[in-house]
Amino acid sequence: MSFELHSVGSAPGLRLTQRIRQIPWSLVILITMVASMGFVMLYSAAGGSPDPWMDRQMVRYAVGVGIMLVIGMVDLPRLAKIAYPLYAVAFILLVYVEFAGEIGMGAQRWIDLKFFQLQPSELMKISLCLVLARYFHGLSYEEIGRPWVLVPPTLMAVLPAGLVLKQPDLGTAGMLLMVGGAVFFVAGVRWWKFALVFVLGIAGSVAAWNSGFLHDYQKARLLTFLDPSADALGTGYHITQSKIALGSGGPWGKGLLQGSQAQLEFLPERHTDFIFTMLGEELGMVGGLLVLALYSLLVVYGLAIALRTRSHFGRLLAFGVTMNIFLYFFINTAMVMGLIPVVGIPLPLISYGGTAMMTVMVGFGLLMAVYIQRDHRVGRRTSGED
Amino acid sequence: MGRIKQQQQQSQQKVFSRRVAMLGGFQALMVTALAGRLYYLQVIEGEKYRLLSDENRISHRMLFPPRGLIVDRFGIPMATNSPSYRAILVAEQTPNLKATLEAFSAIVPLSERDIAKAMREKQHTQDFKPITVKDDLNWEEVNAVELNLPDLPGISIEIDQKRVYPFGGITSHILGYVAVPNEKDVERDPDPLLKQPGFRIGKNGLERQYDAPLRGGAGESQLEVNSFGRVIRELARQEGQPGGDLVTTLDIGLHQFAHQRLSSEMAGAAAVMDVYTGDLLALVSTPSYDPTAFYRGLTTDEWQELSNDIYGPLTNKAVAGQYAPGSTFKMITALAGLRAGVDPHDHVYCSGVTVLGSARFHCWKREGHGSLDMANALKLSCDCYFYEIARRAGIDRIAETARLFGLGNLEGLDLPGEKPGLIPDSQWKRATFDDIWHPGETLVAGIGQGFITATPLQLCVMAARIANGGYAVKPRLVRRITDESQNDEGSPVFPSLEISPDHLKVLRTGMDMVSNTERGTAFRSRIDIPGMELAGKTGTSQVRRITMAERARGVLKNDQLPWNQRDHALFVAFAPVHAPRYACSVVVEHGGGGSAVAAPIARDILIECQRRDPSRRNPNAEGGRREMP
Repeated sequence: MSFELHSVGSAPGLRLTQRIRQIPWSLVILITMVASMGFVMLYSAAGGSPDPWMDRQMVRYAVGVGIMLVIGMVDLPRLAKIAYPLYAVAFILLVYVEFAGEIGMGAQRWIDLKFFQLQPSELMKISLCLVLARYFHGLSYEEIGRPWVLVPPTLMAVLPAGLVLKQPDLGTAGMLLMVGGAVFFVAGVRWWKFALVFVLGIAGSVAAWNSGFLHDYQKARLLTFLDPSADALGTGYHITQSKIALGSGGPWGKGLLQGSQAQLEFLPERHTDFIFTMLGEELGMVGGLLVLALYSLLVVYGLAIALRTRSHFGRLLAFGVTMNIFLYFFINTAMVMGLIPVVGIPLPLISYGGTAMMTVMVGFGLLMAVYIQRDHRVGRRTSGED
Repeated sequence: MGRIKQQQQQSQQKVFSRRVAMLGGFQALMVTALAGRLYYLQVIEGEKYRLLSDENRISHRMLFPPRGLIVDRFGIPMATNSPSYRAILVAEQTPNLKATLEAFSAIVPLSERDIAKAMREKQHTQDFKPITVKDDLNWEEVNAVELNLPDLPGISIEIDQKRVYPFGGITSHILGYVAVPNEKDVERDPDPLLKQPGFRIGKNGLERQYDAPLRGGAGESQLEVNSFGRVIRELARQEGQPGGDLVTTLDIGLHQFAHQRLSSEMAGAAAVMDVYTGDLLALVSTPSYDPTAFYRGLTTDEWQELSNDIYGPLTNKAVAGQYAPGSTFKMITALAGLRAGVDPHDHVYCSGVTVLGSARFHCWKREGHGSLDMANALKLSCDCYFYEIARRAGIDRIAETARLFGLGNLEGLDLPGEKPGLIPDSQWKRATFDDIWHPGETLVAGIGQGFITATPLQLCVMAARIANGGYAVKPRLVRRITDESQNDEGSPVFPSLEISPDHLKVLRTGMDMVSNTERGTAFRSRIDIPGMELAGKTGTSQVRRITMAERARGVLKNDQLPWNQRDHALFVAFAPVHAPRYACSVVVEHGGGGSAVAAPIARDILIECQRRDPSRRNPNAEGGRREMP
């Protein structure tokens, strides 16, 4: 079996006006609601001022919405076509930052493009979804049952994850592996293979712990996760203060701008990684549950699109980006609640910062493209149109 | 072909849908776990975390309670608190620290050291915390700084309380001073106030003895702080419990007079007390020290200078100076004799020397006084007479009598450092030297020399007990403490010493004759204001041994000797002679003769005392405080 790229036949495409009419405005509203919670929290984090975070975040969000809509207009076959080249670019950039870092620029995770900073690991999150969707799109359920068919996609997920882990960015590496694994799972990879990987994974973790592959601070974070009270002023400080802030919010919260932990700077990174904590402190459990509910709705929305899309490529792509969003918000909130180690994953749309925002907005753009073309087919390598 | 493909696609879609549903269910489970965690943290454990967050943000700062005042018997303050102005600077509020300091220096001159100190302090302090630029600004300086504040970014004036002693060194031996506690103080006293920077405790005198009631209780200010300790706002404030005021027995006017009068000599002590109540009206020790130097902390040089000073400014000689009482002890010897059965009218012949075995005991008057009875012997202070009386009474009876009159024991005055003096007896001699008491030593003791020592306070008590008809009056310095709402219970009642009034009358007659009859040793220092006459007794106590050789050459006069080998001059007295109210003792260290040096001082003090008559003039009965005149 050969793997050369066949031309992907394009669907009898919709015209642009038809696509615009198809835009799922409820999704846009839902996304905007989540982003608005972010604006409110950034306003509070600055002590009741749009400057310096809220105003910039709004501009970014506006740009993000534009990007999302533009991507939403793209043909699925075209997306399938650029999957491999885009992945190749992302991979080369990842190697490049790793290489540049080793040369002596320190642990650098981004490439400075003057007008914005490109993080190859974020680009990789999108590319991985695309490339895995593209790869599995070309395989039948039977073909997936053949073990060696899984070697290329496994490498596609594991190699970038390894590079990201070397950066070192434990959280993003984990996300890449989990998104990859989830796509494998829904693509129909057999159960026993997951069991095998699970066992190997545990053995590998033990080996990694002892081999020195993890940095000391990563080990410390893991250990602190297991017993935060052991190091309340060092690594445990973040998580201890985060739990105090969340817990002290109570069911109804202390009120906007009234969160003493956040406003008096006991809470570190209150406008970025720990913004959910600040929200929980100021808006209470009610606010926290609202955010969880909004994200859950987004995930349900994404899964619903995946389930009712006709092309396998579209399904897998919609599922991949939805999984990405789920992992983002799950890892971040579980982290600030002290359920998992502090791994430095922001809360997309709410945390201040452009990188995660762009990733999820591009992801939503892809989701939108799938939704708009849910009834259209994408050609396979085996033949042209059905 | 088409159907197979369609089937394939359908099975693919089925697997996909099933597995998405499974993962979706799993995700729902995870989100439920998140919600459960939120519920656990925010509702179940919410109260615990609320307390923890309050602990984070609320900082408790102690407020110093105002220290109680110390006032004299008329309410005139002797120790008060007064605002002290301090220039502070917050580094983050000035664009250029150095320039601001220089601008400040143009208004209130700063030394190079001040500037260096401020710059150094800045290194160790967070930028939002104030550093001290200059302590204790005076009012003009404060005004000048306030006026120029716009040009002094970051500078502000802070008000502290400082302890002020309006009478300075005049009261330092009694009041002591307050200073920053040392490690031992902190160990001994669990009061958290002691750990606060800038807090001062009583370190000497009444300030130390009554530190607890004067100190009061700390107040508290609850401040909201951020994680760097910067104060955001005050949440609550509870003022401290002010310390109680100490009302002393002193008449500061008299005390001041006595201090100035005694300062005509190099070093000495004087005490004036009410013979019935024991109220000390003046208790002076010269020279003294400046308590404010201790307040701000002494430099090593200053400390060296003070502690090496031969005039002993750091010792309160009135209670801690132990001197051979010399002839002022003769009343005790006389009384011991009377109690041993000596008839006061019996005459003893003084030839100028008494021989006991092989030893010769000289009278101060080489040619002798001739035949004398007891009163005249006191009047002329004849040594030979008292050698004989002492011999008849015996040392143990002399010692017992001395102790009845307050000698040889602590008076239990509420001042630190009080000394007991020494009244020797045969038992003491055995215990201390493992030797028997020699009869010659009794003779020496009879004229208040040898082992005997007493403090000026004890001598004053002795005079008071003779004057008041033999009651065991005890001296006191403090009438009451206002915070204990302990009312002045009037004059304390003292037990009688069970001394025969006739015997006491003999002593008083003798003391009367000392100053009020011609040839009496203090006749020149008599008070000739009717109704104010004093009765007294001079004393000159030798501090060096006069050898036979020197006696043969001729005893050196005091002014031929270096200061610290000269005799101590003593005088004890009471007045008015016929209705005694005030007792007084004066000791002038190495002053020479009691009659020439000590008696005039005592006379002046007693005149002033009777003019002021502090015991009968008592506006303080209802505890009213009066401003300084």
